[in-house]
Order: sequence, then C-alpha cells, then structure tokens
Amino acid sequence: MFGFITFIGLLCIGVIFGTLNERRHFQRLRADEAALSHILQTTLKRIPGPHNDLQEGAILVSGNVVVALDFFKIIVARLKSIVGGSLRSYESVLERARREAIVRMLKEADAVGATAVHNIRIEFSTIGGQNPQHPGGSEILAFGTAVKARNV
Amino acid sequence: MSDLILSTMETIPGRTIVSWKGLVQGNTVQSKHVGRDIMAGLKNIVGGELKGYTELLDDARNKSIERMVDQARSLGANAVVNVRFSTSSVTAGASELYAYGTAVVLD
Repeated sequence: MFGFITFIGLLCIGVIFGTLNERRHFQRLRADEAALSHILQTTLKRIPGPHNDLQEGAILVSGNVVVALDFFKIIVARLKSIVGGSLRSYESVLERARREAIVRMLKEADAVGATAVHNIRIEFSTIGGQNPQHPGGSEILAFGTAVKARNV
Repeated sequence: MSDLILSTMETIPGRTIVSWKGLVQGNTVQSKHVGRDIMAGLKNIVGGELKGYTELLDDARNKSIERMVDQARSLGANAVVNVRFSTSSVTAGASELYAYGTAVVLD
C-alpha cells in the first residue's frame, strides 16, 4: 500500500514539475535561438570557393548538456514499449537537449564575436544508465568551428 | 585554454596548411561521485538537466583536449584540424571521453 502511494506521488511530481519545466525550457530556447540567429550555422567541412579567404580567427566551440527523464515519462515509455511505436515523451526530451546544446555552443561563439559556425557535429552518449534504479542521463554534445568574417 | 588553433573543419579558414604532423589524441576516463549520483537520482523524478554531470563531462572533455593539444605541440604543430569527440562507457558509472584530430603546421 505504502509502495503504491509513493508510486502515485512520484508520478504526480513527475507530471507537474516535468511539464512545467518543459514548457519553460521551450520558451527559453525559442528566445535564445532568436537572439543568436545572426550566427550562420553549417555542417560544411570546407567553405566553398572564394569565401574561404574571407574568414579568420577559427576557434573550436562546444556546448554540452546532460538531461534526465522524469518519472512520469519513464513509466509512460515503459507502458508504450509493450505495444511499440514512437515514444513521444522521449522525443521531446532529446529535442530540448539537442537544441540546448546548440544554443550553448552558439553562445560561446557569440562571446568571441563569431559570425558563423561551420562543420557542426552532434554527439550523443549516455551516462550511468546501466542500473535501472538510477536511469542516469543522456549527454548531448554539439561542437563546431566558429569563424569571423574578415573586414576588407 | 590553448594557443593552438583547433578546428572541426578540414582546413583553417583564411590560413594555409603547409605540413601535416599526423593523428593526435587525448582521452580521460571519468567516474561520477556519490554526491552527484544522489542529486541525479532525485532529478530522475522531476526530469530536467543534470548540471553536475554536465560540468563533470565538460571538465573531463577539456582535459582530453589539453592532452591532445600537448601531443600536437610536442610534434611542433600549431593547429589541429578535423577535431572529433567521442564517448564510450567503460564500466557502470564511468565513461571515457576521447578527443582526436590531425595536427598540422600553418604558414
């Protein structure tokens, strides 16, 4: 009985705080992305043609974030894996994490006055996920090369 | 962090590569500690970012980069191009952060 109450309690905390956090995070992400949209982002390994000589001050920038799933999402995903299909509750967590990592990378680029970030790569890894009692988190790392446009 | 130029691109924009010094690499294996574990356990109820782990991995990755840069410097390079990172789990609770790239000499 006590176990059941704890379970329901955790579920409620998960729903309330998880949803609130998620909504707030999406709002902040939209604001940050709009503020940093002046930086050109590409996945190009080489800058095409004459533009290559119009850039300077290459520097490595990166942003990382480790996110955890809330209790409600873990339960929903467990139920969903019985019938299969896409786990929408996990999708939103990964989307938030990926956008957050990119925003952090762009902030670093913005701090050095970069006008573009080229060859952006995104890596994914898990930390401490082996023990089911402590699901741990997932890490997303975004990194790229920030450059400045040269004044001619 | 370092005086060497690091880039994820094959070339350094606006500079010319004059010679290649080969693969350079650096790694760190980082374990998490109990205090951070407890916080992470709590976070798994409400969800959201695990700040402790974010910092931990960031520090460890910087250490890997530093080791890579030291190796590049000992080869006489002044830049590392095509830098990549990768992460792997060694055992439960520890992960390896690996940084690698190509050391080059710029004009």
